[in-house]
Amino acid sequence: MSSSDICRSNTGVKLKASIEPPALTWELKGDKQESIVEMESGCDLFDEMKIRFLSFKKHKYMENSEHFQALSKGQSPKVMVIACADSRVCPSNILGFQPGEAFMVRNVANMVPTYESGPSETNAALEFAVNSLEVENILIIGHSRCGGIRALMSMKDEVDSSSFIRSWVIVGKNAKQITKSAASNLSFDQQCTNCEKESINCSLLSLLTYPWIEERVKKGVLSLHGGYYDLVDCTFEKWTLDYKESIMDRKKRVIVRNSSIWC
Amino acid sequence: MAGKFTKCMMLCCSAKEPEDMGSESYEEAIAALSKLLSDKADLGSVAAAKIKQITAELEAAADPTQFDPVKRIETGFFHFKKEKYEKNPNLYGTLAKGQSPKFLVFACSDSRVCPSHILNFQPGEAFMVRNIANMVPPYEKTKYSGVGAAIEYAVLHLKVENIMVIGHSCCGGIKGLMSIPDDGTTSSDFIEQWVSICAPAKTKVKSENNELSFSEQCTNCEKEAVNVSLGNLLTYPFVREAVVKKTLVLKGAHYDFVNGKFDVWNLNFQIIPTLAV
Repeated sequence: MSSSDICRSNTGVKLKASIEPPALTWELKGDKQESIVEMESGCDLFDEMKIRFLSFKKHKYMENSEHFQALSKGQSPKVMVIACADSRVCPSNILGFQPGEAFMVRNVANMVPTYESGPSETNAALEFAVNSLEVENILIIGHSRCGGIRALMSMKDEVDSSSFIRSWVIVGKNAKQITKSAASNLSFDQQCTNCEKESINCSLLSLLTYPWIEERVKKGVLSLHGGYYDLVDCTFEKWTLDYKESIMDRKKRVIVRNSSIWC
Repeated sequence: MAGKFTKCMMLCCSAKEPEDMGSESYEEAIAALSKLLSDKADLGSVAAAKIKQITAELEAAADPTQFDPVKRIETGFFHFKKEKYEKNPNLYGTLAKGQSPKFLVFACSDSRVCPSHILNFQPGEAFMVRNIANMVPPYEKTKYSGVGAAIEYAVLHLKVENIMVIGHSCCGGIKGLMSIPDDGTTSSDFIEQWVSICAPAKTKVKSENNELSFSEQCTNCEKEAVNVSLGNLLTYPFVREAVVKKTLVLKGAHYDFVNGKFDVWNLNFQIIPTLAV
């Protein structure tokens, strides 16, 4: 197989990476479980992954084979979800999205950079979801105890390029500014909570900086929603961006409608 | 409990007239369920919740144009709260204080390949990045800091022990990469530039597998692109350091939902001392 040299001469060693052929294919043929090659010993975690995949295959995939065969021909999700990479907030778990339902982007602190800020993983996904898949809804989901927002709130104001985390979360700087001016009398934890929610709204406004998004929202074929999951109390707040009202608002705030909280 | 279930049953039964073909099997199924619940009344509320979910799914399937995303997530959320959150107070109490996942997972944004489904990741287990074609760009401070931030957070702060990059069959992003014309002209704002991160995979597949069909080449590219991303992971100094110290393992994977298979492989590395000149 191929090998590529990754040379970092200043470390005094050369790291040469090579990829083995597929070490294991997990298949379920009828009732018999087959493995092509024995897994390395000491891989308990991956033994567990194998059991889980085979269980998924037996109980979900094969029991809904027509549905999965249809899905294998193409996806047509109606929702694009932007959520945090945090291990506790996967929308498939907390909101029950099933295979085929939601096109999902997950990044640190569920942020959406503006169109003008240049290429990023998030806007490549937006372009695909909106222009190719033609989703009808974009839902940005924030959450409590967000490490990325905490990092943003803890940062000194100058851009610090020594850390990827700081270079990324600065996308949320408007949310931080709004929080600091509206809630500076609150405790740091409470300010973080405010910022978590404010950041969702700032990201909703960022979505509107994409011409092909704004066009569809104007035409009424695309709706933008915010959601906030409190993982301490297990509550979920959701709201929808009211495009017409938000555009007319002189202070450029996000005006919402249909907001509710599920407890 | 049984009362709630009965009410659910009535809603199900009165909703629509079942077709003749399906009515026998439907009535049999309901009869079997009633019998079970008469023996085990404590299952009543579980059955009620599941029937509510089935009803919502059937309503959505019966008229796809009526898909209401808000209703969909409301049903999903209450199901999660009731069946998971409230039944596992210790786990969710711990998670409220912090997370300590053992995995950083890169998966595609494709709606069909969420690792929470195929590998049944539960809350707290996997820090998960999802982007087009599950790509990891090489270490570069000024561009694609979003991915760098996720890796930095997972490796340095959460101290994950495993990074897994999971590709999949019929990947639109890989197909897009393979479809970029040889002269490099692009027609998108961001997508083509993004998927070009794995251009080395395309070059390899085109040179070694030229005799295969386009769709077979795409399949090969899906796996080669995972390899390119694994190699790119090693360009991050904090990843390299952890891999050398053996506190971090890198794995590649490919989920084939056409045939129901899941491949996993290792990234091997050797440390070769540089020669002093």
